[in-house]
Amino acid sequence: MMTPAQKTPSVLSLDAEAAARWGETLRVSPLPPEGLLLACDPSLLPDLCAWLAGERHYRFATLVTEEREEGWRLRFLFWGREPLWVHLLAEMPRQRTSLPSISDVVHAADWHERETEDLFGLTFTGHPRLGDFILHEEWPEGVNPMRWSFNARVPYTAREVDPQWRPVRIVQAPGAFAMPVGPIFSDTAQASHFLLETVGEDVARTIPRLFYKYRGVEKLAEGEEPAKVLLMAERFTGTSAIAHAWAFCQAVERIAGVDIPPRAQLLRALLAEFERFRHHLAALSDIIHSTGMTVASSQADILEEEALRLAGAWAGHRYLYGQVIPGGLARDWTNGEVQELAGGVERLAGGLGRLSRKLRFSGSFLDRLEQVGLVSRTQAEHFGLVGPVARASGVAEDARIDLPYGPYGSLLNPAMAVEEEGDGYARLRVLVAEALTSARLIREGAERLPGGPVCLKTPLPSGEALGWCEAPRGAAFHWVRLDERGRVARYRLTTPSFTNWHGFHLAAERFAFQDFPIIMATFGLSTAEGDR
Amino acid sequence: MSKWIIQGLRTGVKSTGYPRRPEEAAGVTPGLPAAESRWPSPSGAEGAALTCPAGALEANGTSLAADPRRCVHCLRCTLGPNPVPWEGGYEWARRRGPGDAPLFGRGFHRSLHVRVVDAGACDACLSEIKQLNKPYYNMHRLGLFLTPTPRHADVLLVAGPVTQAMRMPLLKAYEAMPTPRRVMAVGTCALTGCLFGPSFASAGGVGAVLPVDLEVPGCPPPPLAILHGLLLLSGRTKASDGAREALKEAAP
Repeated sequence: MMTPAQKTPSVLSLDAEAAARWGETLRVSPLPPEGLLLACDPSLLPDLCAWLAGERHYRFATLVTEEREEGWRLRFLFWGREPLWVHLLAEMPRQRTSLPSISDVVHAADWHERETEDLFGLTFTGHPRLGDFILHEEWPEGVNPMRWSFNARVPYTAREVDPQWRPVRIVQAPGAFAMPVGPIFSDTAQASHFLLETVGEDVARTIPRLFYKYRGVEKLAEGEEPAKVLLMAERFTGTSAIAHAWAFCQAVERIAGVDIPPRAQLLRALLAEFERFRHHLAALSDIIHSTGMTVASSQADILEEEALRLAGAWAGHRYLYGQVIPGGLARDWTNGEVQELAGGVERLAGGLGRLSRKLRFSGSFLDRLEQVGLVSRTQAEHFGLVGPVARASGVAEDARIDLPYGPYGSLLNPAMAVEEEGDGYARLRVLVAEALTSARLIREGAERLPGGPVCLKTPLPSGEALGWCEAPRGAAFHWVRLDERGRVARYRLTTPSFTNWHGFHLAAERFAFQDFPIIMATFGLSTAEGDR
Repeated sequence: MSKWIIQGLRTGVKSTGYPRRPEEAAGVTPGLPAAESRWPSPSGAEGAALTCPAGALEANGTSLAADPRRCVHCLRCTLGPNPVPWEGGYEWARRRGPGDAPLFGRGFHRSLHVRVVDAGACDACLSEIKQLNKPYYNMHRLGLFLTPTPRHADVLLVAGPVTQAMRMPLLKAYEAMPTPRRVMAVGTCALTGCLFGPSFASAGGVGAVLPVDLEVPGCPPPPLAILHGLLLLSGRTKASDGAREALKEAAP
């Protein structure tokens, strides 16, 4: 497997090459601890991104747009090797509202640009599809909620008209029709809408329409105290609370310059691995349920509820809310209690291992998953997919390994589960392998637990920093800026579901209608996490 | 196929005994702060109230009142030298609206169909609702069913603060339901909006959009609390404080 650094043909260091190519037009400065800041005029962005992503094989992480006194500030974050982080910073006066699009060279930035256009009112010239995205048709044009001037706490009366949404029909064939699914569908499906363009039994394409659950978390966080924003980070997507709380706290701790105690680092990782284990059990249950195997899905359901009860008994909350706080953890456990957790998880992992072995020899189950919802490796890289979905398509990336944080890389060494096929069955195998790895990490971590305190007092100076985490569904990036009063001035939330929904339609093309729930389940995405 | 049959038989019955007897397994509920607690001094009570970032605690002299409709289980009030006492339990569902006439006739006691609407919920509430249909809670045994269409539904179970985009689908689902129809709000977001509303993006609770008949607090409410709410709606549990008062006919 080639890593970004191995692919790099150039021997020049990144900053030297950048300086040699762009000279005076680019201001290069180090960004401690492991980053490089390249500040440039917006007109240079497409060239810079083509070089960074195309030649240097850097991965796009997120786009942070900020409206500031001195003007617009757009920060494109990329990660790779040596240095780990590259920030492209483009600044322009406030009256200017357009800049060139980078989506044609970095396709992963596509949705970030559409979001920025919709919420900030900035236009990306050259982007083929701007307009209603996060805010649907009933929201008036020209009202941009992420601008300063917009008051978030006042209920906004959108136009009270029935939107009568009509898609542009693409499939032109005799008997072709478009079948709408959602936003209220299935038994307990999350709110989302899919337009299935079909010709008879076969679905030619799927057009997802998301953001029904846009709660404006980024806007609501502005002006709030970090303690309250932490509650939002935990609760905007309840099934990966630890991961997002950790990423947010990481950002705040980086601003404060606080190194949290090693015991707290390791305990956070154990909680995160426990959460990943439980999440993957639930995802497995959904996949089996989508194929209609009642007994097998009940077996997974039993394991899932037992994991929830274990969390409830052990941490006081079934979804592990309220454990991670800036500076460390809200509470400590004795080493014996941590061992008990490890034992409980190991018992459940035994059940999972037995279940997955039985599933692998159930032909009727495998028939439903194999060659279903294919995503090729090239597509996954092109769309910048993350998490188990990307790893099932052969993209060997895991934030725990590529962007080590906390105890990963030193005390805990997760193994990367990678499959090549990119179909539903590959995604299932990745989920099972990762869940079993999580159980192993919890066991190892429980044995290596250092002593000491679990929380440090964290001051709240002004500043900005990025926190990241490999959430159960993939890499999450939280950018936080605190103002002079120690309140959150900008909170940029990039979630794995947002990243992966962008590529969902790749898997949902040219398939038989009855496979739709299976494709949905093997992707295992959350609209709460994607819509924010 | 036989291996799955054997596996299923070997697993046995996992379902909870609730409502016939209370569920006592560990970890089925996060609990709630005690509704009323006494403090040695007014300043102590005020200090305790300030630990709540969600505004669920209110000091009144030396007593501290907790509002379960605002609690988000962040556990902040249990930290520090003077923790606020918490209570276990899960029978949290409460009637909303005037009177206490039965919400459904006797015909619904053993057959209540529920349409779940996600109006901006995080996954946790939905995950807990899903648990009801899984072996440990198994709502079918009580004659409670999830239905895919509002046209077959007696109860609209809504989770989430009702986002702008879900407002109209929610109203349409309600209008599609036959009467008698009841609305059940599940989770702190659906009750008060709490962290997410009211704001430009959400209505701040189901009550702002539809008449709510029953509320289940919790962030997220554990499956047993939602089950309690459904039993209360169907008239199988008489009072809101008593699993023990569940009618004898409740469980098969």
